[in-house]
Amino acid sequence: MAVVETRKLTKVFKEGELGAVNEVDLETREGEFLVFLGPSGSGKTTLLRMIAGLETPTAGEILIGGKVVNDLTPRERRIAMVFQSYALYPHLTVYNNIAFPLKAQKVPRHTHKEKVEWAASLLGIGGLLQRKPRELSGGERQRVALARAIVREPSVFLLDEPLSNLDAKLRLSAREELERFHRRVGTTTIYVTHDQVEAMAMGDRVMVLNKGVVRQIGTPKEVYDDPADTFVATFLGSPPMNLIENDGIIVGFRPEHFRLAEDIRESAKVIFKFRVENVEYLGAEFILSGVLVGGKADGKKVIARLLLGHDFEIGTTHDFAVGQHQLKFFDRSTEKKIPPRSLTWQ
Amino acid sequence: MAVAAAKLKSVGAARSPLLGFAMFTPAVLYILLLIGAPFCLAIFYAFSDARIGAPIDWAHFWRHFVGLENFRSILQSPSFRSALKNSIIFTVAAQIIVMVCANILSIALEKPFRGRGLVRFLILLPWVAPVSLGTIGWKWILDSIYSVITWVLVWLGFVNKFSPPMWLGQEGLAITSVILVHCWRLIPFSTVILLAGRSAIPKEIPEAAAIDGAGFWRTTFQINLPIMTPILGVAVLFGTIFTFTDLAVVNLLTNGGPYDSTQTLPNLAFTQGIQGSDLAAGAAISVFLVPVLVAIAYLMLRVAHRAEVV
Repeated sequence: MAVVETRKLTKVFKEGELGAVNEVDLETREGEFLVFLGPSGSGKTTLLRMIAGLETPTAGEILIGGKVVNDLTPRERRIAMVFQSYALYPHLTVYNNIAFPLKAQKVPRHTHKEKVEWAASLLGIGGLLQRKPRELSGGERQRVALARAIVREPSVFLLDEPLSNLDAKLRLSAREELERFHRRVGTTTIYVTHDQVEAMAMGDRVMVLNKGVVRQIGTPKEVYDDPADTFVATFLGSPPMNLIENDGIIVGFRPEHFRLAEDIRESAKVIFKFRVENVEYLGAEFILSGVLVGGKADGKKVIARLLLGHDFEIGTTHDFAVGQHQLKFFDRSTEKKIPPRSLTWQ
Repeated sequence: MAVAAAKLKSVGAARSPLLGFAMFTPAVLYILLLIGAPFCLAIFYAFSDARIGAPIDWAHFWRHFVGLENFRSILQSPSFRSALKNSIIFTVAAQIIVMVCANILSIALEKPFRGRGLVRFLILLPWVAPVSLGTIGWKWILDSIYSVITWVLVWLGFVNKFSPPMWLGQEGLAITSVILVHCWRLIPFSTVILLAGRSAIPKEIPEAAAIDGAGFWRTTFQINLPIMTPILGVAVLFGTIFTFTDLAVVNLLTNGGPYDSTQTLPNLAFTQGIQGSDLAAGAAISVFLVPVLVAIAYLMLRVAHRAEVV
């Protein structure tokens, strides 16, 4: 087990252009499940590939277990990686796929069978060993890829969107399985995804990236409840955080905190008149979108997320409110978080 | 609506038998007249006593049948045996060299570098040039007096100026020369096929191999090449057929000499059948190739198909 660290890690693909990854500093913790979260093109996969040794950094250092590994080949870094496409060897059986890293790293031959069977049973694919990858379902392929990754007991696991090729139902069970698997083996894991639900559910910590820059790194609760800037605030959460400008400051609040004024018990709250323009019924909840009426925020579009219990007609106006401590404040020019302050709204 | 109408129309067209006939008749005519007819004629000649200048009496064509006589006679001829042996040696040796070189080239040309387009173009040139022109160029390069290779070797001091190697006049050298010219001609073709096959491998697969700890050789021989088996099969199949049936290279370079040491079946068929007027013998030699080539094609396609299913 080892800690992965990067220092001012940068990757520029085309000279003169903005880097795909810019001066990323990060340090994993022992046995941690760290998630790189970002939209496509945010540099999360490039960052992972640099850690794996598949991409050469333009600048900066990568350390694994306290040792600079910039000049080491992937095999010398003792990492394992699961690719988005799984990258199983199509001409080899499942057994030989899992045994390949052992052969390649010259692990004594007589131990192969035992190790392959151990990895296969850990992932419940013991019955598939003689099959070829083309004869497997998506979920089975993913497990073979994982088994191939753990068989040589790596110091770090790198997972590149391993669930994105599975259908929604399978994805949920595969996610749980991955979490259980991580708890069992306890290997430091870096997981790349663009899916915030996966990130929140699985990560011990989440690192949010955009345009090659780290926006925030923290526990799922920290990045959700206390976003460092407006990008993190709107990227996490579905629907995203409402952002309203007032007195040169951007104020944000989550749709689930924007509720009927009478339902909010706190005394310190900001009350808005909210005209409903659209209602989406999602079974367990409503998503209301509409505009604020009157005051400084007149005409601003906002979204509310409410549990069932009320009926809302399109076109009606209601008294809605947000608890004062649920308001987040961001600087208008830097878009970074700033300390709370009191603003007038009328 | 427009799409639906067009669809209806095309269904109508497909059901109209006339249009269907019109569409495939040119292809069928081409195959029947230019491939089928000569092939059947060759089979007939191979079992007949046809000679140039002694026309077949088509009204009583059965009188010309001589059974397996032509085959008996060519099998007894030392020229034929040497031609058969050489055809096989040239084909096998050229395929081995071509596969090694084309693989190396395809690996070298896979990653982008400055001037890759130009290098690819230059490598493809021998394939674009007509065989006969290329071979005439080689004839000059390998000429007994004007050979540039000899000049260079003399200049480097490897060869005595007064007894230069006869590239096309000494048995061993002539065989080597013919093989190398075949390779020169086939390498571009195979390289292009292998480049296509290589670029069809998802790039994560060699990357996964690198992470799994495989070096260059293991990745090449245990991952990339096995995945490319079908495409290698296609390249070898085409290369084999091109070399085995080629007339131009041997005919222009050595015409089978010295002493039949570079004689091949196509050249022997041409020399005996057309130049030597013995149509029947020429046809028998040509037809002799057919089962061999069919067997090779069948085998190769099976290998390719099996690998494809994987």
